[in-house]
Amino acid sequence: MKILRIDLSNKAVKFEEVPEKYAALGGRALTSKVVLDEVEPTCHALGKRNKLVFAPGLLSGTSAPSSGRLSVGGKSPLTGTIKESNAGGLAAQKFARLGIKAMILEGMSDEWCGIRLTKDGVEFIDVQDILGKGNYEVSDILREKYGKRVGIMTVGVGGEQRFVSGTIAVGDTDGRPTRHCGRGGLGGVLGSKKVKTIILDDAGINSVEIQDKDKFKEASLAFAKILINHPVCGQGLTTYGTPILVNILNEAGGLPTQNFRNGRFEGTEKISGETMYDNIKERGGNPSHGCHPGCVMRCSQLYHDKNGEYLTGGFEYETIWAFGSHCKIDDLDAIAKMDRFCDDFGVDTIEVGVAMGIAMEAGILPFGDKDGALNILSNEVAKLTPLGRLIGQGSDLVGRAYGLTRVPTVKKQSLPAYDPRAVKGVGVTYATTTMGADHTAGYSVATNILKSGGYVDPLKKEGQVELSRNLQIATAAIDTTGLCLFTAFAILDEADALPKVVDMINAQYGTSLVLDDVTTLGQNVLRWEREFNKKAGITSAQDRLPEFFKDEVPPHNTTFDITDEELDSVYNF
Amino acid sequence: MKIEVRLFAYLRDMVKDYDKGPIFIDLPDKSTVGDLVKYLDFEDEVLIIMVNGKRELEEKVLTEGDRVGVFPPVGGG
Repeated sequence: MKILRIDLSNKAVKFEEVPEKYAALGGRALTSKVVLDEVEPTCHALGKRNKLVFAPGLLSGTSAPSSGRLSVGGKSPLTGTIKESNAGGLAAQKFARLGIKAMILEGMSDEWCGIRLTKDGVEFIDVQDILGKGNYEVSDILREKYGKRVGIMTVGVGGEQRFVSGTIAVGDTDGRPTRHCGRGGLGGVLGSKKVKTIILDDAGINSVEIQDKDKFKEASLAFAKILINHPVCGQGLTTYGTPILVNILNEAGGLPTQNFRNGRFEGTEKISGETMYDNIKERGGNPSHGCHPGCVMRCSQLYHDKNGEYLTGGFEYETIWAFGSHCKIDDLDAIAKMDRFCDDFGVDTIEVGVAMGIAMEAGILPFGDKDGALNILSNEVAKLTPLGRLIGQGSDLVGRAYGLTRVPTVKKQSLPAYDPRAVKGVGVTYATTTMGADHTAGYSVATNILKSGGYVDPLKKEGQVELSRNLQIATAAIDTTGLCLFTAFAILDEADALPKVVDMINAQYGTSLVLDDVTTLGQNVLRWEREFNKKAGITSAQDRLPEFFKDEVPPHNTTFDITDEELDSVYNF
Repeated sequence: MKIEVRLFAYLRDMVKDYDKGPIFIDLPDKSTVGDLVKYLDFEDEVLIIMVNGKRELEEKVLTEGDRVGVFPPVGGG
């Protein structure tokens, strides 16, 4: 494996030997360490001193199940912190097969360009015919030109315009831009460097090198079996995907409604995972779609419209919440159109969905106005009007432009789909993770609500700090392996699971890691990220939730009562 | 006593005539969550059960008008 370094300012391409200090790292561990080592923490995130680091996980490109996750790291133009943005799709496996341990993009190109990687090396390509076009059209053009089996990453117009909600889209198993490095605006960073697309062509390459093939196969098959037999990984996610959470969070009183005013929404059933499943079955979509080859969980789906035509894919709980109960919209097909828009334009559905609700809070349009929301996307955001740019830049900016206090952000990033007063464990994560308000960084929801990895009462403060801390550490480690984070449901419940992951890594690399090394790795990743953030000017004052979370929310009428001292103790390890 | 019950995901297909939304089930006073599970014939299922929005185990005693939600194991993000 090599480090591929591209200086976009002069198109210099270098394949470097992997330094010893990076040898044992992959995925998020590698991106965060490189960003800490090489990026000035005080740089302007959209300027030439920021870098983007693309790293497949340690297991990516092998036959390990559900191991195709890509990490992209840099300084976020939204949060001003370090960011690791993670996506499925085809890219991670192809980076690994091309022998690229990490690709570092630095500087800034004068002209818009694309980067094409093949077994023969690096080529810069002309992108004049795809600039200004949406991700769907661009994917079709590029697949026509370069082949249907290539991995394609693109920025949409959102990234071209350097939105802090700009994503890097990653083509899925059908070549559609449904997977995204979504949060924190790394698509805006790639756009600031004037790179429209990265194409990965691994034709002519067989596989990734594995030192002990027999031991690897044994561990990999055992891990696959654990996943398939686990009720969440092998059945729940496969059938319903993440949208099943709509009804669960509503029942638990934690589904944020009308900008975090209530934990239940009267329109919930209409936007539920059950309704989505029924629509898919009736209209000829696919409820169990894998975002990358080798995923046994297949939590994604292909959602068709009333006419039976494909409308969108990778239609997630977070999206349905942000444009749904958060905005008081109860029309699933309308929300599917919004998902399609965001995937095509290349913006984070959470950031833009929450911003849409803040636009409603500001009185720009009424809560519940689905046609108004669709109109804002098509005629303001898409047309890059000042209002469109405002909403594309996220909740914090919309809130400040209209003098609002009820703005649900941490480090300027919008909160995701769980009220922290009803799911206190994830509230601790939102406040303290290095990433800004982020639910995946320490998904306490699993243990607060979903009975995964034990149980900690979501309505009480006890145990939440420890829960968030442990999950943040474990997640940082899993994000290094290239495994989809959803394998964590099995890892948390089955004592055999994590040892199999360690066995796979040892068999592949000839290492002798033990379980404790996994914990140490996770802790180190968090320490590196915290160090960057501190140098970037982030203090504990930013590890807090907005003050309106001290007010009660029905139906449970609880508040977020975890103290500042308790939040500051999360990183005591 | 009347209990307000909602079933979710594929559990909906396992109870005759259940479509969606709340149904009202009459149980003897002092029935438990476990008694409700037996009534629904769900004893072989792994379940997440919420009573009035809070997760409860089989021993929990139900009272008149309680709102119960019953889920199979699911995950998400």
